[in-house]
Parts: sequence; C-alpha cells; structure tokens
Amino acid sequence: MSDSESVDPEEVRHVAGLARVDLDEAEVERFADQFGDILSYFDALDEVPETDREADLANVFRADEVREGLTQAEALRNASDSEDGRFKGPRVG
Amino acid sequence: MTAQTAQARDLATVIGLEVHVQLETDTKIFCGCSTEPADEPNSRTCPVCLGLPGALPVLNEAAVEAAVKVGKAIDADIPVETRFHRKNYYYPDLPKDFQITQYDAPICQDGRLEFSVEGEDRAVAIRRAHLEEDPGSLQHVGGDIDTADYTLVDYNRAGTPLMEIVTEPDFRSPGEVRAFLAKLEEVLEYLGVFDATRDGSLRVDANLSMVDADAVADDGAIDGSTLESANRTEVKNISSHKGAEQALAYEQSRQKNAIQRGADVAQETRHWDESKGVTLSMRTKEEEKDYRYFREADLPPLRVADWKKRIAIPELPAARRERFREAYGLSREAADKLTSTKQVADFFEEVAEAFDPGLAATWVADELLGELNYRDMHVTDVEGRLDEVTRLVELVATDEITAKNAHETVLRGMLDGGEDPDTIVEREGLGKTGDDEVADAVRDAIEANPDAVADFHAGEDGALNFLVGQVMQSTGGSADPGTVNELLREALAGD
Repeated sequence: MSDSESVDPEEVRHVAGLARVDLDEAEVERFADQFGDILSYFDALDEVPETDREADLANVFRADEVREGLTQAEALRNASDSEDGRFKGPRVG
Repeated sequence: MTAQTAQARDLATVIGLEVHVQLETDTKIFCGCSTEPADEPNSRTCPVCLGLPGALPVLNEAAVEAAVKVGKAIDADIPVETRFHRKNYYYPDLPKDFQITQYDAPICQDGRLEFSVEGEDRAVAIRRAHLEEDPGSLQHVGGDIDTADYTLVDYNRAGTPLMEIVTEPDFRSPGEVRAFLAKLEEVLEYLGVFDATRDGSLRVDANLSMVDADAVADDGAIDGSTLESANRTEVKNISSHKGAEQALAYEQSRQKNAIQRGADVAQETRHWDESKGVTLSMRTKEEEKDYRYFREADLPPLRVADWKKRIAIPELPAARRERFREAYGLSREAADKLTSTKQVADFFEEVAEAFDPGLAATWVADELLGELNYRDMHVTDVEGRLDEVTRLVELVATDEITAKNAHETVLRGMLDGGEDPDTIVEREGLGKTGDDEVADAVRDAIEANPDAVADFHAGEDGALNFLVGQVMQSTGGSADPGTVNELLREALAGD
C-alpha cells in the first residue's frame, strides 16, 4: 500500500503515549507508514451502499438482582501477579 | 499588567462542580454483582466488571430509575433518547481500558437545585447529570502515586452505578459549595437513591477561577468571554462537604495571591491533599479528544422520557418543611430540625398523628435529637428502637410520668443503658403517684410544718412553695406539682 500517505510521526508518538506503549524511532517510522495504510482502508467504506438499519432496539434492561459472580481465586487466576487478593502491577504515576 | 494595578483589582470567585454520587442499587450498573461493601478484595466481580473478553454489559433498570428520580428532583429534562459512550483511557482502575459513560446525550439536562446559605436562598443551575460506571480502587504501595513501589487493584467497586452531576459555574464562594453539597445529599437521601454513610459515595471535582469583581453583574451573572479568558484550575480528590470548602478556600487564596503578585494562574489540574490541607499541581496527560469517545455499541439506546410520569418521588425536604410549618404550626427552626433527614421527618409525623403535634415536635426535635446530638449519635443509630421512643411519648401524653422524669431519667437511661422505657419507669418508681398517696403527703406536710402553715395564713407566698417542695420530696418527684399546689390550698383553706 505504498500509495497511502504516511501519518505524522508526532501523531504516532501521541497515540502510543495514550496507549502507554514505548516506541523507538525506527518503530515510530514503521508505524507512521502502517497508520497511513490502515486509515486508507477506511476509504473502502465509501463503496458500501446505503442500507436500512436493523430493527430498532431500545430499553434493554436486567432486573436489579444479585447473581453469583467469580470467587477471588477465579478472578485472579489469569493475573500475572497478585498480592493479598489484589491484582498487582507497576506504579502508575 | 503591572503589580500596582494588579493590587488594585477587586476579585470575584467563580466555581463550578462535577459531583460523582454512587447510586444505591443492589447490583452493579452493567452486571449482577453485588454492590454491598465486602471484606475481601476482588470478591464481587464477574467477567463483565473485570473486562474479560466477550463479556457483554446489560443495563440495570434500577440504576435508570434512580437517575430519573434524580432528574425529577432537580427539575431536569429527560431527553427522548439517551445513550452510552466509551471513554477510552489506560489506567489500571479500568479493566476494559475504557469507561462506559454518557457523552452527547446525558439522561438529565438543564436542572437546578435550590439551597440556602447563611439564611439566604440560592439556586444553582445543573447543566447535566449522567450515568456511568465507577472504576476500581487502587492502592499505591510503598509511597504515593508518583513514588510507590507498585500498585494493587481491587475491582469490587468497579461497575457501581455513578451519577455525575455537572453544575454551571454559579458558585461565588467555597461556603456556597458546602451548603449546596449538603443540600444535594439531603435530596438524594430523601429519594432513597444514595447512602451518605458509605465510604466514597460522594466525590467532587471543582473548577475555580478568579475574575474581576466588575465583571459580575448585580444578579451574579458573568458573561461567557470573561469566564473564557480567566485561567481556571480543576481541583480533584475532594470527598466531603467540609473538604470541598477547605480545598476551595485554599485554592481561592492561592489564586488571589498569585494575581495580586502579578503572577499568572496556570490552567491546570490540582490534587487536594486533605491531610496537608493544600492543593498540588498534577501532571495531566489527556485532553478531551484523547478520550476518543465513541458509541457503546453493546448497549442499545434508552427511551425513558415518559418514566418521569411513571416514577413517583417522595415529597422533598423543602416542600415538607413548608408543610410542617403550615400544618403543624411549627417554627422555622423546629421544621428545619424535623426535616433534617427523611427518617426524622417520618418519625415525627408518626408521633404527631398518634398524639399531639406540639408534643411530638418537642419530643422529637428537642429531647430526642438533643440527647442524640449530645452523644454524637444519629437517628440511624436508634433505628430499631423508635417504637420505644413512641412508647415514652405515650407515657407523657397519658400523664403516667412527668415530662421531667421522662426526659432526664427515662430517655437518657434508654440511650445510655439500652433499656426500654417501661423497665426504667418501673425500676425507678416513676409512675405518677396515686391521688391517695399525694393526699397523704399533703396532710403529712401540713402536720410536720406548723410554722410554714402559720406563715401561709399570714399571707407569705413563699410558704406555699415550701410546702409544695416538701410534698414533691416525699413523693420522689412523681407527683404533679400543679395538683399538689391545688390540694395544699384546699387543705389550708379548710384549716
């Protein structure tokens, strides 16, 4: 997809920052090109003919009734680390 | 601007609020997990509130009903269609990496709330109030948010229904903010959608800026361009009425000092540190566009405008206060006290109906609330014993014990010793003394005090009081002083 315009590298760094992902300079360059490609895929939507919406759905509720959930052990089973029944991760500041 | 002119400026304070309140439902907003506080972390979760792949949210009808009640109470519009959005940000308190909230079509719009501050009636416009999910709770271990060794996360709170209530920048002082928050809590509790005693049930973010006093019109209005050009700070991490007043008083003088020194006030987010009593600058990473709001496709829209008619709300405190004053002839002070919480007001009405409104007002507003207040207790602490208080009022109303004994011995004994009124009355022998016994005591007093009797016949008023005192003493204070007085006069007249 060499015909698509690549995205401003600053934009890539910003989006990476929002996603808390560290990119080195080479990666920024690579993703700037790939972002451009991805955005160009959306042009395909212009080709889609207009269609009717699906049936009108509104006001879907559940009653305020307690349902059994997961035990603490089940909740933590997929966590890479935990302590005292809590998920454990790096400092957030 | 030079420092000279800066000093000459008169400044006015402008404050707007975002108030987050937890709605009192049995289950979370998008799943069936209980909202009851739990001792064990991560023991109230399921695939939905843990953000596990493939889990789908389903809206709790009770949370929507609560939101409609709030909307009615603040006189807000409920739009024909309202919907949910995803607010995207990466932070470990959000297991999905987005929060389900409302963006362009909140469930409540254009409301207002009236309150009074230092005897003056005020009204604040409420721009919007929307439903969203509460995030989980973080613990920064080994330091504060910037210095911690690591972070621990508990998702028990994640998914608790929240309402975010956003006011217009209508507040002119930290004191007004405090009064507003107290009023808001009062209304929410009356509606039965909020529990103020729950930890973290109220959280406030406040925007504060200083403008030229000249820019404020007589009616308090400030034009938009003045507000736009004033730099404001957003103060986060406020969790009580008192905290709000303190944080904003601090922020107000901090900004005022900066402006009067000729320095700029930075537009920034600040963190209220309650233990140190200061606001501190916070690094902020996101602007609104960075949240990349988009429609929550897993939740169909809501069409609940007609629920405003369907759902009834109880009489609100202001209306009830007025009705109490008119219907029961109460003073403003008594009516204020008796409507301070819904429970007090309900109890007063119950007692007023059973006996006499005046007696009920005295016993509930003065005696009961007074003694509770003295012990740092609330009506909620004697919730299960209100029947006993009713019985005590009955004992007074039917003249079985004196008001003085009822208050000083029985009520205090009930609160301190946990006994019921009849037990105390019996043990202390407080039942009003029978007529025969009083008559005997009157005869004895006359026989034992010939000097006083002579003084009475000589026209000394004090002598009668002395004799009444003797009778009261010998009957242990359980005789009715008026009756004693009458019996003495009769006996002495026939002397």
